Formats: sequence, structure tokens, C-alpha cells
Amino acid sequence: MSEQTLTCIGCPMGCRLRVTLEDGQVTAVDGAACGRGAVYARQECVCPTRHISTLARVRGRREPLSVKTAQPIPKAMIFACVEEIHRTCVTPPVKIGDVIVENVCGTGVDVVATMEIEAAE
Amino acid sequence: MTEIDVLIIGGGPAGLAAAIAVHEAGCRKVLLLEREPALGGILRQCIHAGFGMHVFKEDLTGPEYAHRFVQQFHALGLSAQCNTMVLSVTPDREVTAVSPTFGLQRFRAKAVVLAMGCRERTRGALRVPGWRPAGIYPAGLAQRFMNLDGWMPGRRVVILGSGDIGLIMARRMTLEGAQVLACVELMPFSSGLTRNVVQCLDDYDIPLLLSHTVIDIHGRERLEAVTIAQVDDQRRPLPGTEQRLACDTLLLSVGLIPENELSRAAGVGISAITCGPLVDESLQTSVPGIFACGNVLHVHDLVDHVTVESEEAGRQAARYAQEGQQARGSDIRVRDGAGVRGLVPQTVCAARVTDGVPLMFRPSAVFKDAAAVVRIDGEEVLRKRSRIMTPGEMVRLVVPKDTLERYVGAAELTVEVES
Repeated sequence: MSEQTLTCIGCPMGCRLRVTLEDGQVTAVDGAACGRGAVYARQECVCPTRHISTLARVRGRREPLSVKTAQPIPKAMIFACVEEIHRTCVTPPVKIGDVIVENVCGTGVDVVATMEIEAAE
Repeated sequence: MTEIDVLIIGGGPAGLAAAIAVHEAGCRKVLLLEREPALGGILRQCIHAGFGMHVFKEDLTGPEYAHRFVQQFHALGLSAQCNTMVLSVTPDREVTAVSPTFGLQRFRAKAVVLAMGCRERTRGALRVPGWRPAGIYPAGLAQRFMNLDGWMPGRRVVILGSGDIGLIMARRMTLEGAQVLACVELMPFSSGLTRNVVQCLDDYDIPLLLSHTVIDIHGRERLEAVTIAQVDDQRRPLPGTEQRLACDTLLLSVGLIPENELSRAAGVGISAITCGPLVDESLQTSVPGIFACGNVLHVHDLVDHVTVESEEAGRQAARYAQEGQQARGSDIRVRDGAGVRGLVPQTVCAARVTDGVPLMFRPSAVFKDAAAVVRIDGEEVLRKRSRIMTPGEMVRLVVPKDTLERYVGAAELTVEVES
């Protein structure tokens, strides 16, 4: 049995949640003022995930391309994924939603463009 | 002199939404002027997600949110002139602008929408002592350098102020390879969203030092270190708590100020609390035919609210351009009660409302299990309970049209937080 403390992000209350885990499963959540706390704690303690936004380089110009993960990735993979994105160099034109990195770091999640760049003249 | 029906100043989320609403209301001679080379405003540099949950029921990044409006703007055949700086607006709505392509231009508009947004408070406004080396940036400027221009502002970073831009930048700088030593907040609470404190600071083990501030800046050419200290409940530094943090970058996230130089020069009355124009329920300023919306009116925390507000300003500006000034009855003065700061609008003409009137304000402190109560001439007309209210989150209450119609001729409307 282990315990973990985290802050609920459901609303500005920011309840301090005390979560009890057994064999990696959440068995109790204390401190939540509403139902959202338990839901958040279950997700966050068992498999925390995050959407990540970062920049990719663009061939022929200094201004970067903004990108995001199309789905959330495991929190523990954030830096590995960002490194892989930073190694990428994109050739314009780029449309919003174009896949920039497929299956980043084997997460099964694609990285997509969030801005448009016209073809170089 | 070019004649225009509605001229919109600023091509960020406020200006874009206003322009689209003006067009949809049937005005065809609409022109939007934008200072930057592209439309989209500050959203272009906000590459993180969190935009559009209300308007689109989707979690979009800033550039994606802006793009939807830019696309719609162009699809309607609306015209914008970028790289164009407005120099002046007169009370009879003559607008002078300058641009490299067209030189000096003069426009006469039947209605004007002010949508210039806001600026960051700078170091000068804080009076932090010490040297004035390179490496001290408002957080939003650093965000622009990094996300739009492709420059990395520094490698060892301290952030002063825990507003959302500062929190977002703590994460952005970390992901791009910098080390963020601490986020230092003068107040005993963060002014940013809880979600941002957790996902931008806690996720990366960046300490949030509440009731702390920067008391000295070291380095002649480039920033070398800052001294931070704890403060007492009067916000005075406590002797003996000083710590020196070696860093090459200090980011300031210490508040935003609506950018109203043009409005002032046009004779528009400005609120001392919101620093934005005084407006009535139609978002018309004290100068007839000049409307205001978005962050130039008051600083918002959600772009979704900017969009909704600006659509209303656009509809009202279109109506003014088509029909001229509406006959007015007497105005109800709107006054901040206890626990309330910066109510917008500042007057409501009950005889003229065509719909419910949204009242927006910030709580003056953190209130738990509290209620926002609206009273007209002392009579309670609306009450909204809330588990928590904080200065970081704007409160929006809509007073229904039929309620207001019962109070034609009333003198004063107040909103108060009761806890």
C-alpha cells in the first residue's frame, strides 16, 4: 500500500488529494470537495498523460513551426518526445493538422502542425 | 478620405470576431487594420492548448483558434490591412493610419470598434532596484521571441509573478532546454489557473515561492543573478530571508494593461479600475459610435469570453452604422460592491436592452462558499453561488432582459460578493 498527494485541477479550489494505492490501483481518495477529485486522482495516479506543444525546425527559415501531440502522451515520455520533435526538420508548405512526426517515441501518438506555412518562393 | 461603415482597429481574436459579426449584421464596407504582418494577435504566439473549450467545445492551441477565425474572415470576403499602424482616431471617427504599402491614409467611419488588446506591465512599473542588464523580459515578449521568431531568451531562468503567461513560459522554457529555478510570487496565492500551476510548475518540479519577491538585480551587461526574499503581510521584504539565485534571464509576469493611447486621444473616458474604456451595455464608449471589446476593454483570462463579447460589440457597431445613435432612456449606474472589482459595463440603459446583459468582474480576493449578488436600487435581482471565487478568474453574470425591463428608471446596480 502506498500514498500519494496531488492537487486537483478540476476547478480553482485546488483540493489537496490524498490518494491510497494498492498494487497500482487507487483504493481511496481523501480531501476532494466534489466528485471530480476522485476521477482526476484515478487517472493521474495510474497513468498520468499530457498534451505537449513545442516547436519544430523549418528548412530555409529561422522561424519555427508550432506543433502538438494529437493525443495525450504518457507524462514520463515528455522529454523523449520533445527531443525527437526537435530533431525533425520540416519542409514547407505546411497545413494545420499535417503529421510532422508519426508515432512519436513509439507512443502511438502523432505530432501535428498547429500553424500553416506557405511554400518557400 | 475613404468612407467606411465599420472600421475595426486590431486583428486579434477581438477584432476578428467583431468584424465577422459586423458582416453578418449586414454591413458591407468593413475594414480591419492590424499593426502586425499577420492576423491572429497574441494567439499566434500562444502555442499551448487550452483555447476554445466554450466556443468550439474543443481544446485548441492559440494558432489553431486564431486560424478558424482568420479562415472565416477571408471566406466572408472581409478585408484586412496588415502592417498598418493607426495613428489617431478623432471623436467624429476620422481614423489616420500609416503603412509601408499605402503610406498615410485617412478613413471616415460610421462606427469604430477598438480592439487593440493589452500590453504587459514592465520592470519600470515595479521599481525593482538594481542594475539594468540585458536578460530581463516581460514573459509575453520572451514567448514571442521563442515561439514566433525562433530565438531562445536564456538558459537559467527566474520568473517573477505567477500569472498564466509566466506559468506557461516556465513550461515552454523547460521543454526547450532551459532550467527554470523558481517562480516567485509576491502574493500568498497564485494569480494563475490551478491547472497551470500543476501542469507547468509541479510537473517539472519548479518551485512556486509564494509571498516572495525579487529585491535586487545583479549584472552590468547581462543579468548574472537576482536576490529574492520573503515578504510579510504588508508585502515588505523580511530581513534575513534573502537568497541569491544565479541566472541569465528574469521573466516578468506581473499583469497586463489595456492599450488605450488611441482611445484616450479620441476623448474616450477610461475607467481607473479596468484601465479600459467606460462602456454601456452595448459596449459603446463615452464617444458615440466608438465601441470597445476584448482586452482593450478589460483584461480577460479566456479568449472564448473575448470572442463572445466582441461579437456583441460588432453587432452593436453595425447597428450604429446602419441606424445611428439609438434613443436612450436614463442610465443605471453600475457600481462595484464589497469584494468586487472592475465591473463592465459601467452603465446600463434598461429601456434599450434587446437581450440579457452580461456583467463581468473580478473578485477582489479569494472567497470560498460565496455568492455574487446583483441588486438594483437595493433590491436583489440575481444571486449566483460558487464554491470558490478568485481574482484570477473573471466572473460573468447575465442579468435577464425581463428583469432589467422592470427597473427602467432605476439609478444604481451593484454587485457584491457575500461569503
